[in-house]
Amino acid sequence: MKDMREFAIKYGLLILLALMLVIFTLAEPAFLSTINMMIILQSVSIVAILALGVTATLAVDGFDLSIGSTAAFSMMTASYVMVVFDGGTTMAILAAIGVGVVVGLINGFMTVQMKVPDLLTTLGMMFLLLGLQLIPTQGRSISAGMSLGDGETATGSFSESFLFLGRARIFDIIPVPVIIMLILAVITYLFLERTRHGRVMYAIGSNEQAAKLAGARVKLYRYVAYVISGVFASIGGILLAARIGRGDVSSGNSLLMDGVAGALIGFAVLGAARPNAQGSAIGALFVGVLLNGLTMMNTPYYTQDFIKGLVLVAALMFTFGLSNKRA
Amino acid sequence: MSNVVNAIEIRAIKKKFGSNTVLHDVSFNIDGGKILALLGANGAGKSTLVKILSGVYHADEGTVIINGETVDISNPQSARDAGIITVHQIINDGVVQDLSIAENLLLDKLCDGRFSTFISKKELHKQAKPLAEKIGLDVALDTQVSELSQADRQLVAIARAISDKPKLLILDEPTSSLSETEAVKLFEAVKTMREQGVAIVYISHRMSDIRLLADQIAALREGKIVGWFEPPLDYDGAVDSMLGHAVGEVRHSYVAGDKAMLDLEGVQLDAKSLPFNLHFKTGEIVVLTGLLSSGCASVVEGVFGMNSFVSGQLKLEEKPWSPVGPHHAIDNGVYMVQEDRGNNALVPDFSIEQNVSLPFLKSFSRFGFVSRKAEKQQVSKAIETTKVKYTDQEELILTLSGGNQQKAMVARWMLNDCKVLLLNEPFQGVDISSRRQIGQLLRSTAKDRTTIAVCTDVEEALEIADRIIVFNHNNMVGEHLIHEIHMPSLINQIAAAPEPYDESPHSTEDITNERYA
Repeated sequence: MKDMREFAIKYGLLILLALMLVIFTLAEPAFLSTINMMIILQSVSIVAILALGVTATLAVDGFDLSIGSTAAFSMMTASYVMVVFDGGTTMAILAAIGVGVVVGLINGFMTVQMKVPDLLTTLGMMFLLLGLQLIPTQGRSISAGMSLGDGETATGSFSESFLFLGRARIFDIIPVPVIIMLILAVITYLFLERTRHGRVMYAIGSNEQAAKLAGARVKLYRYVAYVISGVFASIGGILLAARIGRGDVSSGNSLLMDGVAGALIGFAVLGAARPNAQGSAIGALFVGVLLNGLTMMNTPYYTQDFIKGLVLVAALMFTFGLSNKRA
Repeated sequence: MSNVVNAIEIRAIKKKFGSNTVLHDVSFNIDGGKILALLGANGAGKSTLVKILSGVYHADEGTVIINGETVDISNPQSARDAGIITVHQIINDGVVQDLSIAENLLLDKLCDGRFSTFISKKELHKQAKPLAEKIGLDVALDTQVSELSQADRQLVAIARAISDKPKLLILDEPTSSLSETEAVKLFEAVKTMREQGVAIVYISHRMSDIRLLADQIAALREGKIVGWFEPPLDYDGAVDSMLGHAVGEVRHSYVAGDKAMLDLEGVQLDAKSLPFNLHFKTGEIVVLTGLLSSGCASVVEGVFGMNSFVSGQLKLEEKPWSPVGPHHAIDNGVYMVQEDRGNNALVPDFSIEQNVSLPFLKSFSRFGFVSRKAEKQQVSKAIETTKVKYTDQEELILTLSGGNQQKAMVARWMLNDCKVLLLNEPFQGVDISSRRQIGQLLRSTAKDRTTIAVCTDVEEALEIADRIIVFNHNNMVGEHLIHEIHMPSLINQIAAAPEPYDESPHSTEDITNERYA
């Protein structure tokens, strides 16, 4: 009985994932095709990058609700730099990542120095950015040749190299965002699990006072965590802009929910019962497979959010209920 | 009141965790109006027994019979309903920090609906007052528990427990965080309970408590009752029986310090206290003692950079030095074993290994990457020397018994050589044999560093110290060398009332600000 429980905690989610693949394939053989698998991975990659970022803040027992709007704001920034300023690929990427760094620093400042609880800080930041991204374009989306406020037309456009990031496929099969996501997943994994910095961040998340008295620079690491989640969200935003080829005011909407869901479902992967990089990536994949499969089986779109929520709640019960490690 | 005679029978309690049998067939009887002292080394199974009796754990076998009836102790509520009340070792489990004393004392009534929906503060205080008086708690009833000293919190937890008129009262290490004078209040309350016909199981490592209170002694070792003592009580025999061997007197010779290591000059602990100088040298072990909140802890916390002194300078190796925080102190070779390891030292999600290595990850790392092999080797060496009892160092730290957790925390700071080793209550909740092991370890490794320990228990101080320094109300009041110690004056310095140089009456705020703010 006890062994059963341990087995369920450890492999439950992976078995569920495998089971989903089998069921969807039986129902719709095209599901398992290479092309569809790549579509799933492509759609998952941006969400997974956000999930990896929020993992860093979860590791220090924080939280970041602003990742979705940071991604959206970065997307708008990159688009604006390209279309309105005609600034080129490098400038657009640097500006967008700069947004992530600044947002992370402000979140860090609010939680560390001002001692505002992280949920409130990042909730505030979320609304702030959602509003701010609308102002420069008076609420419109950004696309090449758009008319500017003073009657002129924007001269810039999305460069080929920028669009490459979101649309190209390596060896004609693996989408670039998937490669970037995998690289970031490996980096996050190595950072959290193998470096002393990751170890200290988990120590802070588990017992901040003890970590501090063991010499950890608690404040510094909290800043680092928020900057990581901000920058990862920005990278997600850049890839999103590159994929859709415009700065779309509404396309970042579901990113927060999906990213956080991925990271939280990740708690349940291999019984980690704590935020972890591999779990977050698999968690995001889990959500992606589910949604893609449901779409292929012609489940109405309006039920999908509900199902996503249901899966998240179930996964959380798995982790916290069964393991009773965290009260 | 004593017309009720409570007869409690504990019959054949067994408990296994996995393949590890923690309790084999524990049986004993205790009658109302008696205090049974339960002795046991760390890991003997005391905590498990307490948790079973209080309904937290399920026994695999065995029953509890009160006045001839088998009682249900399958969960904490039913154990309480059956009249078994437990005051746990960890005080904060027994009190709600953000509520007032009165609300805490009446918490059970408030929660189970014995109060009407609208609560009048007057009524609350009226009912809480006798409970507080019974145990000699003389702080305003609307004070928040979070503002109280550790000792007063303990009294609140006990007063709350006994408000329920228990048949069997279990006190698990009730004095471990109380100083001797503070404990006296508690002893009075325990004796009152005895007179009222309550059967009391008293668990403590302090022999002085047991000498004062016990009517019977049971010794628990490796999950079995190995000794039962009736009056006239053979205290030494009971200790031997608990340990399974006789404990020799510890005697160590005085070691004078060698080179100057740490100097405190003109240090003032609060605005009203007098400045003092202290000089610490390599090779010596200095113990700071005094009542709780006497200022000893503030001294070591100041040296470790956890708080700053009101005034005064520090010198490390004869150079001016001021620590900006724990990380800075550690970088400069000043290490500290913290009190209250659960809150201040242990990382509950980490393994034994990761807990020990935490401050020194840098020395196991190349380009930031931790070398697990080096970490494993170094840690296993350190926990070997501190004699931590463990099965696998990759198990979670919380799988260790309390005493072994503490040894692991000492091991943590033995990973690297240091200049100054500070220890705040290193023997908190540690049994005699582990305590001696830690003490010997400290003495045998003391040569090249300065060791400064805070022990409110004088007996502990005598075991390890070369020099004992006494603090009283944030003033340094005495210094004794171990080979020429004069006990009566030492005790007198510890317990003396402060000089009445401040006009205002001594408020509780002064005490709490200093350590719990």
